[in-house]
Amino acid sequence: MYALRGVTKQYRTKTAVAALDGIDMDIADGEFLAIQGRTGSGKSTLLQILGAMDRPTSGEVYFGGLELGAQSADKLSEMRAVSIGFVFQAFNLIPTLSAVENVEAALVPLRLPGAQRRDRAQRALAAVGLADRADHLPSQLSGGQQQRVGIARALVKEPAVLLADEPTGNLDVDTRDEIIALLEELWRERQLTLVLVTHDMVVADRAQRIIALEHGRIQAAGRRGRD
Amino acid sequence: MTEATVAPSGLPRPPQRASRRKACWFLLIYLRRELRQAVMIALWLAVGVALVMMIAAITAGVGNAQAAALRSLYGIGTDLTVTALAEAPADPRAPTPDSPGTLLAGNLGLLRASSVTDISRLRGVARATGGLNLTEIGRDGNATPAIVPVDGVDIGNPGAGPFGAGALTSGRSFAVSETAADVAVVDSRYAAANHLAAGSAIAVGGTAFHVIGIIGQAPGGNGADVYIPLTRAQALTRYQGLRHLTGWVNVIYVTATSAAKVTAVHDEIARLLPSATLASSADLASAINGSLASAANLADDLGRWTSASALIASCGITSLLTLAAVNRRTREIGTLKALGWRGRAIVVQIMSESLVTGVIGALIGVAIGFAGVAVVNAAAPVLTASAPSGSSGPRSGAGSPPAVTVHLTAQLSVAVIAVTVGLCLSAALIAGAFGARRAARFQPADAFAQLT
Repeated sequence: MYALRGVTKQYRTKTAVAALDGIDMDIADGEFLAIQGRTGSGKSTLLQILGAMDRPTSGEVYFGGLELGAQSADKLSEMRAVSIGFVFQAFNLIPTLSAVENVEAALVPLRLPGAQRRDRAQRALAAVGLADRADHLPSQLSGGQQQRVGIARALVKEPAVLLADEPTGNLDVDTRDEIIALLEELWRERQLTLVLVTHDMVVADRAQRIIALEHGRIQAAGRRGRD
Repeated sequence: MTEATVAPSGLPRPPQRASRRKACWFLLIYLRRELRQAVMIALWLAVGVALVMMIAAITAGVGNAQAAALRSLYGIGTDLTVTALAEAPADPRAPTPDSPGTLLAGNLGLLRASSVTDISRLRGVARATGGLNLTEIGRDGNATPAIVPVDGVDIGNPGAGPFGAGALTSGRSFAVSETAADVAVVDSRYAAANHLAAGSAIAVGGTAFHVIGIIGQAPGGNGADVYIPLTRAQALTRYQGLRHLTGWVNVIYVTATSAAKVTAVHDEIARLLPSATLASSADLASAINGSLASAANLADDLGRWTSASALIASCGITSLLTLAAVNRRTREIGTLKALGWRGRAIVVQIMSESLVTGVIGALIGVAIGFAGVAVVNAAAPVLTASAPSGSSGPRSGAGSPPAVTVHLTAQLSVAVIAVTVGLCLSAALIAGAFGARRAARFQPADAFAQLT
C-alpha cells in the first residue's frame, strides 16, 4: 500500500528542525502497523504524510503506486476523501453537528445523494454500536462514544487505509480496550490497512508489526506475530 | 451517482461530477446550530443598516421640509425669482410711507412687463409670470399708519408666486375676464382681523374693491394680505415720478422645465436682464434661517459622515468577528480538509455563511430602520424657517422677516432601502472574503498540529 523512500520533513522555525530524517519503509495492503515513539519523535508527522495531509521536504511517498509529492492539492484532497480514513486523538467532531451529521460530513466530498449519504452514515454508526445516538451532539456523548463516532466517520467512505493518531490517548483503560477491540474487528472485517500511532504498549501489542521512531528515524521494527 | 469505483492503482476512484448541494447541506446545518452567532454578527451589520436608513430618511424629510418652507416663503413652483433693485427717488414729491391710502412698489425696482414674455421664450423655461409686490399705507383704528402687503396677480397665470401657494377657503378665485375688475382675494387672517368676508368691500390704493374670496396661507409666509388683478395694481400704483405702472412689474416668477435646467435658465436670464437680481430655489433655501437650516446642515454634513462611519465601522467589526469566528473554527476547518473537503468548498462554505449573515443583518436592520423612522415621525419635530431681511425673496424688507414652521417627516424610499441592503450584503461578503481567505490558507496538517 505504502512505500517510503528517504523521506525527510523539516520545519523551519529559527533553525531547521528535522521531524523525519530519511525514513525508508513499506506498508503492505491489509497490514496492521503500530508506530511508537516519544513525544517529538516524528510519529504524528509520519502519519500526516501517510494521510496526504502534508508533503515531505525530500524523498518519495508512494501510495497505491502514486507518488504523493507529485500530486496537486486537489488530487490529495480527493485521495483523502476517497481512500484514507483518519481517526484523531481529540476526536475532532464538529461540536455543532449531531453524530450522524458528523459522519455525513465525510461523505460530502463524495457528492452522494442526501438519502444515500444519510443511510450510509446511519449504518456506519450502527457498525460502531451507536445507532441509538445518531441525533446526539458530541457534548451529549462520552469520550468513548465520541471516538466511536470518529471511527464511523473515518470508515463510512469505505477507505483502503485507516490512520489513527493516538485513538485511545484520551480514554480510560476500559474504554481504551473497547476502542482498540473495535478497530481490530473492523480491520479484520474490512481488510483495511491500519496504521496506528500510540504511546501505549498494550495497544501497540495488538498490531502485526511495530516500528519505533526516535529523532525522526526508525530505531527498531519488529513483528508481534499475532496473525 | 456514484459509488466509488476501483482505479487502476487499486484504490477507489472518486466520482467525476460535482454537486452544488454539498455546501447547501452544510450551510443549513451551520445555520441551524450557529444561528445565535450569525445573529450576533448580523446585529452589527443591522446597526449600520438602520443608521444609514434613518439618516437617509431624515435627510429626505429635511429636504421635503425645505421645499415646503420655500413654497410658503417664496411661492409654489418657482424655480427662479427675478427682481430689480430700487433706484433712489428722482422725484422729491414721491409719496412716502406716511402718506395714507397710497399703493407703493415697496423697495423693489421695476422690470418691463415685456421681459416676462422674453423670459417665457427662453429655452428651458416652462412658465414665466409677472407680478407686483406692493405695499399699501393705510391707517388702523388709532389713526396710526398700517402697512398692508398687496400683490398684483397675473390672472391669466395665477399658479406661480405666493398666490398659488394659498388655498381658497371661501368665495372664489379670479376669473380670466376680471383683469380690469376691482375684485380682491384676501388672506384669511387679515380678513378675520378686519372683519372681511366674501362679498365685503375693501379699499386698495384709494379705490373700493369687492372681496370675492378668502385664501388660507401658511403662517409667516411671504404671501400678501390682499391680492388684486395685476392690471388694476399697475393702474393704481405710484412709483417715484410715475403715476401708474402700466407696462411694468417688479417681480417675475420663472419655472424651469426641469430641475436640471435651472442653472442654464438662470444664466440665460442674467444675459437677458443683466441688471436684474436672480434668486433660485437653492439660493432661497440657503438663505433660510432657523432650526430647519440647522437640521439641513446637520443632515448634509453630519449625516453624510455618520452614514459613512456607520457603514465602515459595521463592515470592520463584522470582518473582525468573521475572522475571529474562522480562527475559532481552525479545528473544524482542518478536520474538514482532512476529510477531503477542498479549499474551494471551504471558501464557498464561509462565503455562504457570511451572505446569510448579511441577509439576516439586512432584515434586522431594515426592521430597526423602519421602527426608528416611525419613532421620528411619531415625535414629528417642529422646525422653523425664516427668510432673513435682505434675502433674495421678492418681498424682503417689507416688515419683519417672515417665518414658517414645518413638521419633520422622515421619508424612506425603496431606492434607499435597496441601496442600504446592497451595502449590507456587500459588507457581509467583504467580511466573508477575509474569513474565507484565512480559512483557505489552512492546511490539514496545520490544523492537526494546533490540535496536538
